[in-house]
Amino acid sequence: MKIKYTILALLMSLLMSAQEKNKKETFLVSGNCGMCESRIEKAAIKVKGVKYASWDIQSNELTIIFNERKCQLKEIKKAIAEVGHDTEEIKASDENYEKLPACCLYRDPKSKEMMHPE
Amino acid sequence: MILKIPNNSFFWLALMGICLGFFPNNVFGQLKIKGNIAAYNDQKAPFPLSGAKIYWLQGNNETISDSEGDFSIPFSKASKRIIISYPNFRNDTLLVNRPDLGRIILFPEIALEAVIVEENVNPLQRSLFDVQNVVTVDSREMLKAACCNLSESFETNPSVDVNISDAATGAKQIQMLGLNSPYLLFTQENMPSIRGASQVYGLSFIPGSWIESIQITKGTGSVLNGFESITGQINSELVKPFIDKEWFLNFYGNSYARFELNARHNADISEKWATGIYLHANKRTAKVDENEDNFLDTPLAQQINFMNRWQYSDAEKGWVGFFNVQYLFDEKQTGEINFNPDKDKFTENTWGSEVQTNRIDVSSKVGYVFPDLPFQSFGLQLAFSNHDQNSYYGFRTYDIQQQSFYSNAIFNSIIGSTQHKYKTGISFTYDGFQESINTQNYNRKDNSIGAFFEYTYNNLEKLSFVAGIRIDNHNRLHTFLTPRLHLRYALWDKANIRASIGRGKRSANIFAENQQLFSSNRQIIIENSEGSTYGLSPETAWNYGISFTQKLYLWNRTLVFSTDFYRTDFVDQVVVDWENPQAVSFYNLDGSSFANSFQIDINYELIQNVNLRATYKNYQVKTNYQSGNLQKPFQPEHRFFVNANYETVKQPSGRQWRFDATLNWLGKQRLPNTQSNPEIYRVEESSPSYSILNAQITYSFTNKFEIYAGGENINNYTQPNPILASDDPFGEYFDSTLSYAPVLGGVYYVGFRFKIQRQ
Repeated sequence: MKIKYTILALLMSLLMSAQEKNKKETFLVSGNCGMCESRIEKAAIKVKGVKYASWDIQSNELTIIFNERKCQLKEIKKAIAEVGHDTEEIKASDENYEKLPACCLYRDPKSKEMMHPE
Repeated sequence: MILKIPNNSFFWLALMGICLGFFPNNVFGQLKIKGNIAAYNDQKAPFPLSGAKIYWLQGNNETISDSEGDFSIPFSKASKRIIISYPNFRNDTLLVNRPDLGRIILFPEIALEAVIVEENVNPLQRSLFDVQNVVTVDSREMLKAACCNLSESFETNPSVDVNISDAATGAKQIQMLGLNSPYLLFTQENMPSIRGASQVYGLSFIPGSWIESIQITKGTGSVLNGFESITGQINSELVKPFIDKEWFLNFYGNSYARFELNARHNADISEKWATGIYLHANKRTAKVDENEDNFLDTPLAQQINFMNRWQYSDAEKGWVGFFNVQYLFDEKQTGEINFNPDKDKFTENTWGSEVQTNRIDVSSKVGYVFPDLPFQSFGLQLAFSNHDQNSYYGFRTYDIQQQSFYSNAIFNSIIGSTQHKYKTGISFTYDGFQESINTQNYNRKDNSIGAFFEYTYNNLEKLSFVAGIRIDNHNRLHTFLTPRLHLRYALWDKANIRASIGRGKRSANIFAENQQLFSSNRQIIIENSEGSTYGLSPETAWNYGISFTQKLYLWNRTLVFSTDFYRTDFVDQVVVDWENPQAVSFYNLDGSSFANSFQIDINYELIQNVNLRATYKNYQVKTNYQSGNLQKPFQPEHRFFVNANYETVKQPSGRQWRFDATLNWLGKQRLPNTQSNPEIYRVEESSPSYSILNAQITYSFTNKFEIYAGGENINNYTQPNPILASDDPFGEYFDSTLSYAPVLGGVYYVGFRFKIQRQ
């Protein structure tokens, strides 16, 4: 009996740790400027289950906190690719990429030097 | 040749201009172009570069600068462009349009990783993203006026009106949306600060040089800070030990013998602790009576103000904190010029007044951000103050002591995602008043406990709003709800509309808020008797407003246009009635009372580094007095404001000129009725309109040292007879409350600032 409970508790805690409520992930998302920042963060936060999204212009790192029971990391990356931004795993389609304003076309290294509106 | 050619570069310049097109090359064979090549050393001082190569863009002539950096090279008309090169320095190419090129500075060659083009943000910022109608004023703005203290820091700002409340003490009152300062909430680092006993003089207890920035929110405030705010909130952030300058020293003196000293020192104690010691002292030593009414035009005054701040920050664990101790001593003497307190106090020899204040403030703020959850935090604010004012005005004594305790615990988090944020918490306040007029005591204790919840929604595109509610239980106001709502909607590119609605409630501290009444022989009448505070019922008002802001680029420069309309509707009010010249009456409102305020603002960078700010304001402030529905006295219906400033480009050494000028025009103001007085002691029905011009020039020698000079009321406008019956101060008509314009003429000042930034 005791062993059964222990196993159950272990299993539960395993399940719990595999499905964290506040899972934190940091990964690279390509982008240039403040406009990219708000676009990337907006795309991520709108995925159901994402609680927090913050993208850093300097390092191109996106930090997200999300509920693993409600969404998968892949879905978030997909949503980001939908608005035109690449991650290592999922690249944006050319069609979506080309919709970006000129100063956000990060695949062209010259675009970083353009003037970025506030 | 008969023609004698003067050895003068201007002549050559003119000659060149005239002849350049007509003469063949060889005529200019002898014309020499000269100059001096230099570079900056580490101290940003220029030193000569010898051996620099100077040559024409086209052509063979070239030369080398001598040991003084000087060079001379025959002019080449074909080229016109000269190149200067020196190893490890960037080449400079110049168009030669004069024979003496003067000093040419070369800059070292640095492999630049990135060039950042920065624009200085305007020191007065109106955000497009804040949900509330907030204007942020930073410390640069405060350098534009003499800004000895908080009340003067609004002189270059159109959102707030600075009025003079009485001719004797010269205390400045702040107004927003056409209503006096008791209806707005002052906070210092988001904790209520100037309230109750310090309402009138409190603004002069915060030295301007301690202020880092000010946030002015028009309309109803946030529920976090309590239920009292009605027309707006003014928050001042003080300088912070971790980021403030290491040393700061400022000295100021003006033409009416007022002197000020400000000194600050900040030091890091460890990685997590920093502390700052701030000192302010001021003194007016000379007796001024320029209008020859035998009364001081401005009080003799002195103040000592000391603060010690501690800042704690542990980014890893998520703890931050502030701990402050402030001590203030302030003393003012006013009245007849010959008044000698030791001899004449409480006698009919001469009329005089003294106000002495001792104040201690202790406060702390602790915050914790959950390290794994950056959107979740907890904060605790605690403040204690003891305010002790002893004063007399002629034969009237007025003493007030207020002990105040404030605590507020706030929890911040999200619902689902950061699109839905909330703040919730509880607060507790206590105020103990011991107040007396002559022998009449008005002691009271107020306490309240409350809970609040504020929800912020942001759809990340067009709409965001903040909806808050709080419930409070107050021993005099009983249990009540305070709802507040702010909304922002982006209409189109760089334009948005904001709306707000909310209710505020407070007990009026009738004497502390209207202390000018003591500088008159008006009788004090309190008419109701069933209310809970001085026999009066509490004040309740709704405030609603709408504002529109558009930013745009006009001829490549930023233009900000904004307009707003606010209305404050009193459900209940303690009316202060000055309409009988023999009395001041306090009674609860019967009928309607409202304040409408309309404002249009334009901010534009006229030409490079010249900013212009222009504002028109219209106020309709009408109250049902016992004598009828009237516009509030001393309230101009129209106000106009223009501010212009110019800054030269800052040199690497820190050298810079700054110029600033502000013009305030006030339309006519209705004056209280004085018909029942004898004819010589009557005032007009309304004041004339007038303007006040202030200007300042600052010259910064280096990043460490600057001097400034300026003038206030340069056009020298003063009220002809600011004190009624000044010839008979113990008679029944004596009154210094009828003040609508400055008593003091042009004030000129000079000062310096010395600062050492942190390493």
